[in-house]
Amino acid sequence: MSGHTGPTLNKAVNGVEMSNLTLVAILLMIMAVAYQLGLTKSRAIEKGTVARMHSRPGYYGMLTALWCGVPAFLIFAIWSLIEPTVIRSLVIAEIVPHVGELSSQQIAVQMRRIENVASGFAATASVQDYEIIAAERLTRLQAIGSLAMIGAMAAVAMAALVLVRRRIHPNMRARNAVETFTLIVLMMCSAVAVMTTIGIVLSMLGESLRFFEVVSPIDFFFGTTWNPAFSTTSPDRLGDFGLLPLLWGTLMVTVIALLIAIPVGLMTAIYMAEYAPSWVRSSAKPVIEVLAGIPTIVYGVFALMIVGPFFADLGETFGITIRATSALTAGVVMGIMIIPFISSLADDVITQVPRAMRDGSLGLGATKSETIRKVVLPAALPGIVGAFLLATSRAVGETMIVLLAAGNSPSLHANPFEAVSTVTVSIVNQLTGDQDFASAQSLVAFALGLTLFVITLILNVIALIIVRKYREQYE
Amino acid sequence: MPIGRLSSAEVEARVVRSLKKRHIKEKAFRAVGLSGVVTGLVLVLILFTSILSRGLPAFWQATFELDVYFNPEIIRIDPRPTQTSGESSGDFRERELAWLTQVNMVNWNRLLEDSVIAAAPEAAAMARRDVRRLITSGERFQLREMVAENPSIIGETRRLRLLADANVDVWLRGNIDRSLPDAQQQLSRATRDLADKLFEEGIIKIRFSQALFMNPDSRSSLASAGLAGAFVGSLFMMLIVMFLAVPVGVASAIYLEEFAPKNKLTDLIEVNINNLAAVPSIVFGLLGAAIFINTFNLPMSTPIVGGLVLSLMTLPTVIIATRSALKAVPPSIRQAALGVGASRVQTVFGHVLPLAIPGILTGAILGVAQALGETAPLLLIGMNAFVTNIASTPFEQSAALPVQIYLWQGNELRNFFEARTSAAIIVLLALMISLNAFAIWLRKKFERRW
Repeated sequence: MSGHTGPTLNKAVNGVEMSNLTLVAILLMIMAVAYQLGLTKSRAIEKGTVARMHSRPGYYGMLTALWCGVPAFLIFAIWSLIEPTVIRSLVIAEIVPHVGELSSQQIAVQMRRIENVASGFAATASVQDYEIIAAERLTRLQAIGSLAMIGAMAAVAMAALVLVRRRIHPNMRARNAVETFTLIVLMMCSAVAVMTTIGIVLSMLGESLRFFEVVSPIDFFFGTTWNPAFSTTSPDRLGDFGLLPLLWGTLMVTVIALLIAIPVGLMTAIYMAEYAPSWVRSSAKPVIEVLAGIPTIVYGVFALMIVGPFFADLGETFGITIRATSALTAGVVMGIMIIPFISSLADDVITQVPRAMRDGSLGLGATKSETIRKVVLPAALPGIVGAFLLATSRAVGETMIVLLAAGNSPSLHANPFEAVSTVTVSIVNQLTGDQDFASAQSLVAFALGLTLFVITLILNVIALIIVRKYREQYE
Repeated sequence: MPIGRLSSAEVEARVVRSLKKRHIKEKAFRAVGLSGVVTGLVLVLILFTSILSRGLPAFWQATFELDVYFNPEIIRIDPRPTQTSGESSGDFRERELAWLTQVNMVNWNRLLEDSVIAAAPEAAAMARRDVRRLITSGERFQLREMVAENPSIIGETRRLRLLADANVDVWLRGNIDRSLPDAQQQLSRATRDLADKLFEEGIIKIRFSQALFMNPDSRSSLASAGLAGAFVGSLFMMLIVMFLAVPVGVASAIYLEEFAPKNKLTDLIEVNINNLAAVPSIVFGLLGAAIFINTFNLPMSTPIVGGLVLSLMTLPTVIIATRSALKAVPPSIRQAALGVGASRVQTVFGHVLPLAIPGILTGAILGVAQALGETAPLLLIGMNAFVTNIASTPFEQSAALPVQIYLWQGNELRNFFEARTSAAIIVLLALMISLNAFAIWLRKKFERRW
């Protein structure tokens, strides 16, 4: 008997269950038809009466299509979200008398088996009788479910089509309705960015709180050792989660990066904005900005393969021990990465200083460099500081360069030639090294992420306020 | 000393005296500025030359051209089973699997060893293990696939291109110090000598590496590791970013720029978007791990999750670019449209948006390019998993280009993978530069000055 069940069930499934993509395509086609129906109806009315239609015919068509398609689509979306859970619980209820209560993992395994039986892809020898019954029930439920869904969608679409089409009338404000719908869609899209921020804050806070249930915040924020144990190898020991060595490493790398990037970036910006002939500006600027577009993983590999060994050799010739992966390597390469960031932001700020200020200074007999140093730069200072802060925030949050080139050794020392570890590196290590998501070893990544988010948020907000104030000053 | 007490002649003399010094200072300042630019340019040059010089050779690799005899003595298998009527798919699948297992059990390595010996008879005296090490282990699967697909070739001889082992490649190109003692060499002395001889005879040649582009990653057969899986994964993610981040970003920019009332709330949204653009990318990875994987139970290491995370990350970039493109459309266009009686929605969609499209596209392409190169968030959603198949849907596990670079740079066989890593970087950079060039071309072509 079981030999025949497979194919028969298969046919039943294929007959009813349409792929979701086809369904959406059909819905779109129905909407196109609805548009056409609304359009012709409104044109007919326009011809038949002396009254002028409120809106152009296209809007009546669009309104009909929207009423026809949107509710049906909502039904489709909600139904596909809920249906699998409902069917699953019904099928599981079917087999509980045979196998007893199941854990969620067992349920998943059992469902997989039943689905295999239903699709005819199970080896028949090992199939239990109750599984066949459950599979038949599953198929029947799925068939009923998709039939009901398509029925509901069709009914709603048809009802909307008929109702709206009947209501088309010269006084009907079709354009206003369509425009309101457009605005609502636009508004919902702009809510996504806000929801992202809320999502970031909530998820970080939630997971961090779970972490702080296990490790006290004092140990985390003021601890001086970072040495988390692996939950798989030593389940009874947590290890130390002191943030300070990581913050120290981050600080060290960031400072080295800024020591490289600020002078070079600022010098470039001054030259580009004040001295460079236009051909230099138009050709050299994009080349330097190429540096900003290079993915950070490339910088990381560059640091690891070329810059690190170079520094190690250099140290050897001078008799200093420089490790190939060190705060210095990571900092220098990160500095290179930030140069175009600082130079283009500072360039914008410097060119925004009004012409009149320069002319005034030059008119009094100051040389160009005196004008720049004593007039332009002081005037542009707030904006430049804003650029530095944004660059700092980027350096603090940078991951791949430090992951590859900083050496990952979380300890409190002041030697830039030694390896360090940073907040971002530890996030990656904790979340990729440990598979158990609910362990303190993984959750600490979120506490680190929250710290990082807050630090960069403060830097960004201060920088944005400064830059904005500065812009208003000269606009 | 106050200048007021000096006569004008004295002042002039003082100014003239200081002039020379001031002009030298001027020149020095200018030179310092120029040195900043030169430093930047030199750094670009160093970065590109070092990556190109290391990566370009990896586009070619040592490859055998061998006559392989599909010896029926070695390949002893039953005919391929066919589905009989009345047999369930499950049962047939089981029989088929049994047959494939049988095909799998064939000693394919022996076929390869025999073909090497046929080409170089002195290899017959060597240990089989030393001969086998010449050809990368993944190539035996090529023979297996050929037979499984078409069993009738058993008994025939075919000329095949087979990749040499990664260590052979390293040895032949001198990427390892040839004077190192035997103990430190990866290959035995006999294998090395045989490789040199085959290379001289032209049986092994350095050929363009198709494997780099056609194969997915591999850990057991290092020489055949390629970028195809990572490329497809990145492609899926790009498509998701294009179809999610770009429309949503453009729509929200239109709302904020053209329709939103100017009040505290929209001000807050604006600050929020600017800030979101500066949030470290790794934070988006954490968001993805917590929300998409932990809460919504989406599968790890899949392009769909990666695409969603990258979309959220790219969204602020697209919004900011679109807003500035909309801002650049002069108000007179809006006033003219409103003046002849168009509604605000008609004005925006009929007149402002078409004029802003080049700017929007440029911003969108740059956003997509930025997403293409992002690594850190993908590590947190498990895309650093070792995946050997090429994903056919975004819901399957997959690698991604930047993560593939990360994985390869960590491989133990440094001599081989340093070049491969650089080659992967060249591929990634080439993709990004062509995207950027396309954006610049768009901007140049459609740029309009008002």
